[in-house]
Amino acid sequence: MIGLTSEAIDPAAVLAAVRRPDCGGVVLFLGTVRDLTGDQRTVALDYEAYGGMAEKVMGLIEAELRERWPVRGLAMLHRVGHLDIGDVAVAIAVSTPHRSEAFAACHHAIDRVKELVPIWKRENRPDGEATWVHPHDPPPGLL
Amino acid sequence: MEPRTIRVRLFARARELAQRGEVELPGGPMDVATLRRRLIAEAPGLASFLDRCAVAVNEDLAGAASMIRPGDEVAILPPVSGGWA
Repeated sequence: MIGLTSEAIDPAAVLAAVRRPDCGGVVLFLGTVRDLTGDQRTVALDYEAYGGMAEKVMGLIEAELRERWPVRGLAMLHRVGHLDIGDVAVAIAVSTPHRSEAFAACHHAIDRVKELVPIWKRENRPDGEATWVHPHDPPPGLL
Repeated sequence: MEPRTIRVRLFARARELAQRGEVELPGGPMDVATLRRRLIAEAPGLASFLDRCAVAVNEDLAGAASMIRPGDEVAILPPVSGGWA
């Protein structure tokens, strides 16, 4: 279960995909759509991905995780399309024999996804304005 | 038949500034730096933003000196939330 999806992400299904009898530690991370960034209110997000490359990079992240930790079960899903507040945008689940590796691997996985996977979000504001979020943009008010 | 153009895909703000999701650049092999110049000539709306974008060739990030050949798929990638660095 690694890749992009335009369907709602079901956390129970993500967890079920990584549960194994030889794993005593299972960590699930959910990234959900937040209504406030700084003092800027958001009513919805649109995610756009470069699909082929996104899934290729997610495969590279999987290889890196498996090299560094004894990962037995791994699920990594990113939603694309239009999302409302509270919707799950990204889900990562990791199972390992012991808990500390599962926490470490899951933390690293979400950092790498945010850093490397070509997926962009557009914030839709209550006044109808919509802007792409590209880091290193000057904060609002400085322009 | 050999492809004669380089297909460039554009995403997020780059797509909106260029007012299209794809540009076809005719011509032979060129490096990434040349492609950036050609792209701005083709879609001037990108001028102020393109230097903040990464370039991928066949789904791998590419440096300024990387060569692009007709038939390659190029993508212009605006910064993602965690940054490219």
